[in-house]
Amino acid sequence: MSIGLHNSEFKNPVIRWVDSRMPIFTMMQKEYGTFPTPKNFNYFWNFGALAMINLMIMIATGIFLAMHYTPHVTMAFDSVERIMRDVNYGWLFRYVHANGASMFFIVVYIHIWRGMYYGSYKAPRELLWMIGVVIFLLMMATAFMGYVLPWGQMSFWGATVITNLFSAFPYVGDSIVTLLWGGFSVDNPTLNRFFSLHFLLPFVIFGVVFLHVAALHITGSNNPLGIDVKTPQDTVPFHPYYTAKDSVGIVVYFMVFAGLVFFAPNYLGDPANYIPANPLVTPTHIVPEWYFLPYYAILRAVPDKLGGVVLMFGSILVWFILPWLDTSPVRSMRFRPIAKWALMLWGVAFVVLMYCGGKPPEGIYVVLSRLATLYYFAYFLVILPLLGRLERPLPLPESIAKPVLRGGGPLPAGAMTKPMEKA
Amino acid sequence: MADNLAPAGAPHAAGEHHADGTTKRDFLILVTGGFAAIGAGAMAWPFISSMNPARDVLALSTTEAEIGAIPAGAAVTLMWRGKPVFVRHRTPAEIEAAAKVDMGELRDPQADSARTKAGKQQWLVVVGVCTHLGCVPLGQKPTDPRGEYNGWFCPCHGSHYDTSGRIRKGPAPANLAVPTYAFTSDTQIRIG
Repeated sequence: MSIGLHNSEFKNPVIRWVDSRMPIFTMMQKEYGTFPTPKNFNYFWNFGALAMINLMIMIATGIFLAMHYTPHVTMAFDSVERIMRDVNYGWLFRYVHANGASMFFIVVYIHIWRGMYYGSYKAPRELLWMIGVVIFLLMMATAFMGYVLPWGQMSFWGATVITNLFSAFPYVGDSIVTLLWGGFSVDNPTLNRFFSLHFLLPFVIFGVVFLHVAALHITGSNNPLGIDVKTPQDTVPFHPYYTAKDSVGIVVYFMVFAGLVFFAPNYLGDPANYIPANPLVTPTHIVPEWYFLPYYAILRAVPDKLGGVVLMFGSILVWFILPWLDTSPVRSMRFRPIAKWALMLWGVAFVVLMYCGGKPPEGIYVVLSRLATLYYFAYFLVILPLLGRLERPLPLPESIAKPVLRGGGPLPAGAMTKPMEKA
Repeated sequence: MADNLAPAGAPHAAGEHHADGTTKRDFLILVTGGFAAIGAGAMAWPFISSMNPARDVLALSTTEAEIGAIPAGAAVTLMWRGKPVFVRHRTPAEIEAAAKVDMGELRDPQADSARTKAGKQQWLVVVGVCTHLGCVPLGQKPTDPRGEYNGWFCPCHGSHYDTSGRIRKGPAPANLAVPTYAFTSDTQIRIG
């Protein structure tokens, strides 16, 4: 082996030639082949891979939609209808892209919930978690700007309402909004920049996802028990164990996705967005897409403009400090009898907010939104910090290889240990 | 990796050896890979297809024009499928020049009668795109250079076409294409 060349272990001469000069095959083998992964993953651990696939589907369909879309206020709506009627398979791309956004949020919400339930945000994975929150914020911005592009009534008024959020900030608010619009209302300059940024941000997300994965491969994955990997007996190589397990999840994910696209493509959308944008008439009932409803409910729960905006942004920004708000050293909620139910209730509050966000801001919905908002923040700012001191966790298992799961009988020794020794 | 995990001797549910040394896992991997490849192909097809002309583009693929007002010796340029179509009302001298050419002289041998409609030899209809690299040849306007053969001359790389739109000199490999067209009346033409 010459000096300066990587000592490749690949036998194939072509792969070996490339790998010696640029060890990308060695890297892939290390990070996705032999990568030691806790052997007790459940199906919640599919959702990172699903999110990655979803991002690639969105980028692929988005690039092809952009080939046919015209970002101009007089032509945008018609160009989308042309995609639906005239472009070969245009209907397919648009429905996959629109429902892909919903699938992306479903997948990512489950992914985030997984992180919260199994304590994946705790040391040493704080940065990994924070990068994930950045990805989520970028996703929200991308989804919002994408929804504006068809230039229907909900596009236009959604854009108006959301950009006006920034007018709540004292002194600089109005200037910020004018800057966002590029004018004195949501208009052609706004549509143009939203198209440009909607094209850009997915690639930014891709870059940040790379950082997310890079950080993950330093700390290694968390697992349903939330305890550290101690010996090689606790792990299996990523391939074929989790490539296979992820494949099962991918098939189910595609079934749900296809069900939406082919049988209910407009179920999650708002019919008002099939009316061309009209700057002179606001629809009577403005709602964002379902995945933004919880934050919309928080916004409306607060009877103060600035307060509502601050709490709405705060509801996600608080995730950044979650690793330090949760003072318990125990990661998995399986061993936290009180925190488990506190988190379940937080999930209920999230769903209640999602429900109320889609309802008119009056009567019982305002009351429910306020209660749920209160609990949403109380969970992070009061309950988790206190529970870390007050709660007595259940005894943790010695290791991943010696499960003490309820109801889980002894594993057949031969089936699990034999391949392990070889790995 | 995979061969690490394939059972080497140890009895294993997924890896019973057959007489020829293959295992059930080999079969499963092949079937899984095959289905994934078919799925990927099925997903690739709509993407490729979407880049072909959309239905509204195909719907615009005919052009009709009134040509009765074109005097002999003059030409008009129509637009069809986003490209220029030359319609020249040829003089008897031009028709004769085109008809009497020896086929052996031609790079892309084609009789003038094969490039015009019987009884309508005065009308030459050709796609005005040089067969070299796609420029529009000169020769439509009376002031244009028409090349050495009194047809068209492409200024990009110097191809000369005759009064039947056939390539006579220069780098272009083929004659100016004759589009599908029909006379809907004596003075009406439909291209496409």
